[in-house]
Amino acid sequence: MSVTLGVIVPGLPHPLLVPEQNEGWMRLRVAYEQARQRILESGADRILIYSTMWPSIIGHQMQADPTPTWTHVDELFHDLGSMPYQFRIDAPFAERWAACARARGLTARTVAYHGFPIDTGSVVALKLLNPDNALPAGIVSSNMYADRAETVVLGKATADALEQAGHKAAVVVVSTLSNRLFTDWVPPAEDRVHSQKDDEWNRKILEFLEAGRLEDVAQLSREIQKQIRVKKVVNFKALWWMSAVMGQSNRFAGHVHAYAPIMGTGGAVVTLTPTREGFGDKEFDEEDVEVFQGERSVLTRA
Amino acid sequence: MSNGRIVAGCLAPHPPHLVYAENPPQNEPRAECGWEGLRWGYERMRKDLDRIGYDVLIVLSPHWQTYIGTHFLGVPRCSSLSVDPIFPNLFRYRYDLEVDVALAESIRDEAEREGLVTKMMRNPDFRVDYGTITSCHLTNPTWDKPIVAISSCRATAWYSVEVMQEQQLALGRATARAVAASGKRAVLLASNSLSHRHFTTEAAVPEDMSREHVTSHALYLWDMRMLDLMRQGKNQAVLDLMPEFTTQAISETDSGALTWMLGALGVPELPAEVYAYGTVIGTGNAVVGWYPPEVTP
Ligand SMILES: [Fe+2]
Repeated sequence: MSVTLGVIVPGLPHPLLVPEQNEGWMRLRVAYEQARQRILESGADRILIYSTMWPSIIGHQMQADPTPTWTHVDELFHDLGSMPYQFRIDAPFAERWAACARARGLTARTVAYHGFPIDTGSVVALKLLNPDNALPAGIVSSNMYADRAETVVLGKATADALEQAGHKAAVVVVSTLSNRLFTDWVPPAEDRVHSQKDDEWNRKILEFLEAGRLEDVAQLSREIQKQIRVKKVVNFKALWWMSAVMGQSNRFAGHVHAYAPIMGTGGAVVTLTPTREGFGDKEFDEEDVEVFQGERSVLTRA
Repeated sequence: MSNGRIVAGCLAPHPPHLVYAENPPQNEPRAECGWEGLRWGYERMRKDLDRIGYDVLIVLSPHWQTYIGTHFLGVPRCSSLSVDPIFPNLFRYRYDLEVDVALAESIRDEAEREGLVTKMMRNPDFRVDYGTITSCHLTNPTWDKPIVAISSCRATAWYSVEVMQEQQLALGRATARAVAASGKRAVLLASNSLSHRHFTTEAAVPEDMSREHVTSHALYLWDMRMLDLMRQGKNQAVLDLMPEFTTQAISETDSGALTWMLGALGVPELPAEVYAYGTVIGTGNAVVGWYPPEVTP
């Protein structure tokens, strides 16, 4: 496998900009640093990000500006401060990535424009996991209209691209667990997970991940969406991508570096290291899919 | 000061394709043509608005998404480069705009009085969203008037269309009171599409109009039903149908922009002028104006 490590991080800006304001945000910040260390130790030569905070419509988009440079401000948490950045993107890999996606039937294109609005989640993840741009990076969007088939195929296309290029990558999912924010301003010291139900589900997901059961969690994505996700885009689908890139199995050593609320959402930093042993296949009832065959209307002939 | 008034409420959708096809100097990509029906509709609306005369545009954009409260631009001058995250091939626009911060603050104060959660946006590095820029450009390409920019609080996603409408009607009342107290003549822009299912592929030439049509007949029927009510002046019926329309037509009315605008006008029995209806990458878009009876264009 071309993946040396899987990493799950929340994309909200608090651990980057104001960790000192809340004990949990600081634990997440420290956990980000631990995950960064794990990435370096894993032997990865690339870092690839799937951000749930970058929606797209024309299939999936891959960032291909070699040195995107901007001062980013979050549209919601603008008062926490600005995030100046300059990243190092592997543009040739982005082209290959998009080509591999197209080869599996997906719509995909690269974007390389000065001033392209890289999303808060990708900015936070790259600034904390790859602060000195040690590893060339890739970022892919989350297609609003993609459901499981497209997302799994995108994961497999990502694995194809890594394989072809001979790269060893750390793959990063930017996503909260439960995503329900407070709807009013809550003082940082009083931050908590929005409800006990959200908290219990988050802990159940983390229990699975700690046991290395990545594909099991991916298989439970639709249920997780129903239980603890406000329907902002579509399904809770980032782990479909991650598991597909990492071989759709439960053979990992999982580590939860931190779990803490961020303005009501559940944020966790988790790493998954590929191993030989695993938990066995427990929850597999979703179909596997190799190639995306387009939107198939059940009412009219294609 | 007092005697301010809302002189028009407009449905002013923001597909970046329309700016792209106009080829203004601020936008880097160049187009051959495209979406003329909608662009010429905007042109007719501009003429009517110019005839009426106004001091400020107040715009609510679905693409400034704030899940905690309603936010208001609070920086007097904003200039930067706006690149559309979805269609960066079509929209890379240099903007330089003036914000009526005093009016924004007073709408915010009135919104607080209505019990809404609010926030002023004071970060000078903030980039104005492309929905705001597109709707304002198409309504007033000379940018010779200040704007007030209001975010979309995502109550539809968090709760339901019904809760969203309660909030947006309150925001509308707040807007009307603040405008009245300002002494200014304000035009309100609800920056949203109607039916909102996109194609997920794009033609090699994005302005290839042989590829442009509504995504499905069902969505077209919904759009026509809403436009028909607007043309008849049945604006309360528009609001009554909003939960069903928003769900069935996957409409961008989920942002609350249209409800806010109709609310600020007092949900009048007032026929609207439909300047244009057309589709953009499959989504249904209408350019529509509501003019209070004493303000005839
Ligand atoms: Fe939009």
